[in-house]
Amino acid sequence: MLYRESGQFKTSYPADQAIFPIRQDRIALSLLLIAAFIVVPLVADEYWLGSILTPLLVLSLAAIGLNILTGYAGQLSLGTAGFMAVGAFAAYNLNLRLPELPLIVDFLLAGVCAAAVGMVFGLPSLRIKGFYLAVATLAAQFFIEWVFTHVGWFTNYSSSGVISAPPMTVFGLSVDTAVEKYLLTLVMVAVLALAAKNMVRSRIGRSWMAVRDRDVSAEVIGIPLLKTKLSAFGISSFYCGVAGALWTYCYLGTVEPAAFDLARSFQVLFMIIIGGVGSILGSFLGAGFIVLLPILLNNIAAMIGHGTLQADTMANLEHIIFGGLIIFFLIVEPHGLARLWQIAKEKLRLWPFPY
Amino acid sequence: MSGSSHSKVIGDVILKCDNISLSFGGVRALTNISIDVREHEVLAIIGPNGAGKSSMLNVINGVYHPQQGTVTYRGETRRAMKPHETAQHGIARTFQNIALFKGMSVLDNIMTGRYTKMKRNFLWQALYVGPNLKEEIEHREVCERVIDFLQIENIRKTPVGRLPYGLQKRVELGRALAAEPQLLLLDEPMAGMNVEEKEDMCRFILDVNDEFGTTIVLIEHDMGVVMAISDRVAVLDYGKKIADGPPEEVRANKDVIDAYLGVAH
Amino acid sequence: MASDLNFFFEVLIGGLLSGVMYSLVALGFVLIYKASGVFNFAQGSMVLFAALTFVGIMEMGVPFWPALLLALIVMMLLAVGIERVVLRPLVNQPQISLFMATIGLSYLLEGLGQGLWGTEVRALDLGIEDLPNEWIQENLSLQISTFDIFSAASAAALVGLLALFFNKTKVGLALRAVADDHQAALAVGIPLQHVWAIVWAAAGLVALVAGMLWGSRLGVQFSLSLVALKALPVLILGGFTSVAGAIVGGLIIGASEKLAEVYIGTFTGGAIAAVENWFPYMLALLFLLVRPQGLFGEKIIERV
Repeated sequence: MLYRESGQFKTSYPADQAIFPIRQDRIALSLLLIAAFIVVPLVADEYWLGSILTPLLVLSLAAIGLNILTGYAGQLSLGTAGFMAVGAFAAYNLNLRLPELPLIVDFLLAGVCAAAVGMVFGLPSLRIKGFYLAVATLAAQFFIEWVFTHVGWFTNYSSSGVISAPPMTVFGLSVDTAVEKYLLTLVMVAVLALAAKNMVRSRIGRSWMAVRDRDVSAEVIGIPLLKTKLSAFGISSFYCGVAGALWTYCYLGTVEPAAFDLARSFQVLFMIIIGGVGSILGSFLGAGFIVLLPILLNNIAAMIGHGTLQADTMANLEHIIFGGLIIFFLIVEPHGLARLWQIAKEKLRLWPFPY
Repeated sequence: MSGSSHSKVIGDVILKCDNISLSFGGVRALTNISIDVREHEVLAIIGPNGAGKSSMLNVINGVYHPQQGTVTYRGETRRAMKPHETAQHGIARTFQNIALFKGMSVLDNIMTGRYTKMKRNFLWQALYVGPNLKEEIEHREVCERVIDFLQIENIRKTPVGRLPYGLQKRVELGRALAAEPQLLLLDEPMAGMNVEEKEDMCRFILDVNDEFGTTIVLIEHDMGVVMAISDRVAVLDYGKKIADGPPEEVRANKDVIDAYLGVAH
Repeated sequence: MASDLNFFFEVLIGGLLSGVMYSLVALGFVLIYKASGVFNFAQGSMVLFAALTFVGIMEMGVPFWPALLLALIVMMLLAVGIERVVLRPLVNQPQISLFMATIGLSYLLEGLGQGLWGTEVRALDLGIEDLPNEWIQENLSLQISTFDIFSAASAAALVGLLALFFNKTKVGLALRAVADDHQAALAVGIPLQHVWAIVWAAAGLVALVAGMLWGSRLGVQFSLSLVALKALPVLILGGFTSVAGAIVGGLIIGASEKLAEVYIGTFTGGAIAAVENWFPYMLALLFLLVRPQGLFGEKIIERV
């Protein structure tokens, strides 16, 4: 009964084009933001902040990146983790070699580096489509991983091939504890998610979707294919790159190239399939689902008296469940959790009088 | 609708196709075809299936590149131009089998028609408010006029995949109109429609031609429609042009009767 | 100088022979793609699953041949089950959805296989030594592994058998009809789903053979499923629809990656290792730009 839009009339196009045209949604979002920025840092312990929420946010950002490319522009990529690695190593090297740059600039430039690499590997997309392109992005994944493993310059000739994030300061404040890292991540992710939402509802987003839905008619209406696909590769990789930098700086602190292996690419792909292909909200839902499910499983196992599961049993169980869910969602609800949420909202608008 | 019956002035040739030949592998789709299109006219291309009508449209807007011949549009001769470039020059079209963007709403589909006219780069779009919002609203207003014109206000937020066939055709016309084209190519805009829908579509086409002075080239099989709305008719058969002239003349042409129309019973 | 040349030939032949094993995995992809238009990413997991099943059955005390038969039955049942449960509900979905579904499937099979049979590395002994063949060493003074020769021969035999089956039998004719056009095949009365079941079963057989050969070389373990990743560039090179392409593509990839490993590796003073991880992909990628349909693939003319 509370979720009603009666009496809310839109009298101008700007009001009609708002992200949340319904007042109740705006209130809910404000509450969510307040919770994320104020309540969570106050109540959550270090484990939740550092080991669950921060990686969840970072992976959401990577999922947004992949969603731009795959969900909106329709170009399947299996190289997400490779582009994250570019971001991580670029941020590290920028910090190392140009220490005068502020951290946020490092992050953004790391994203730009990833975007450049992404566009290079997006070039074949003009000639090839579908899973041919997916295989081409696998090339990116393997090549990038190999470069960072074997070319010493990128790791500053560290003997173990590992890079460590230096102490961070943002606008003179040191970012040190789990709470501070969480907040830094949250700010970055919130701003970039808003920017992504804005792009997908503007001209560039429409051009991506047009290319995804019918490339010939997109071109006939004046949308240049190569430029549009490359813009999707570039912006998508930018998001992945920033996610990679945050993964290193705010979550792990120390990474090796193997942290960005093919399994990571698949993990992000699963997030958007389960969360919702072509939905910014879905990126968050999917990331939440995939990060939290294993924890939930472990807790359930503990509750029914098996203690904690063995690591490899757990890994196998995860594989089975995720694999099964992917198939399930593709068959039953190809638009994922985001569509379920949307349907629930539409039902709620009419409840309790659906006619 | 607008009831404008002012006699329109057909202007100079704006599009000139010269000796176009097109083949796919060994299959000849078009052989030495020359067609002129004059400003403000409605030109109908007719002919049996496989005569090369759609290929002709595809040559004009750059989807296919002919092996021989030239296309001259507004004094500019070109050999191979990409479709998105012809769009920038003011040529828009619809497709024989509906080619809408299925995952997008009616409004978004029509907004893509404004693509070439919008200028803000992606950074402004990421910010959304400010200049980008102003631009979005400007173009939204143009699109709303198109929506108004085609009388599809009530479905503007509906995903096009859910619409019935006739309305999808109308939305596709809307997407082309939103580009404010000077030359509009319509590939069987009335195929598969019932009589009422055909009448609506005819009226829209004539109104576009009247009100905006848009030059129209259309492919149509329904001879009643062709006779009613076109200023000139070109007939293709087996990739060759066999007739070109005013509707009545073409209808009386013996070659055309043999190849396509058949003998009236 | 002669020894340099010998070395070159050894690398080349070794590469070609291991290329045949890539072809074998690629063949599984081609079979399914031809018949049902599905790019089955789970082929690698099927290889792993097959090898695990075979070893698992052997460990229960079953002798070699009955174990092989049992594993074959399991693989065929699995393949038919996949067709029925996963792919049939997705008919008419975009190819990319089917592709993603098979990625999910590969996770499912990896989890299932390792959950059932355990994750530890198991040895699989086919009784053939992975040592230089003495006869060849004496007569041609080249060091070529007996195992390579054996596996190449079995792969070649399997390919020949399948080619015969699909070109000379009624089922083969039906398969080719289905590959060309599902609806038309259905219209002339070909039982589409039987054909699919047969093809998936054949892919299961290919996976079992590949799993045994690769398993006895690398040990039966998770990394077997990665062999499929090696087969992808083979497919791109050869074209997704061509059996001949899978074979030639496999040979090219096998030979070129070994040569690249040895020669690019030495060029850079050994500093750059593991070139073979990405070299086939780069080769395939460059190739794609020149000839997107692959060596033997059919050129697709897009109609508007």
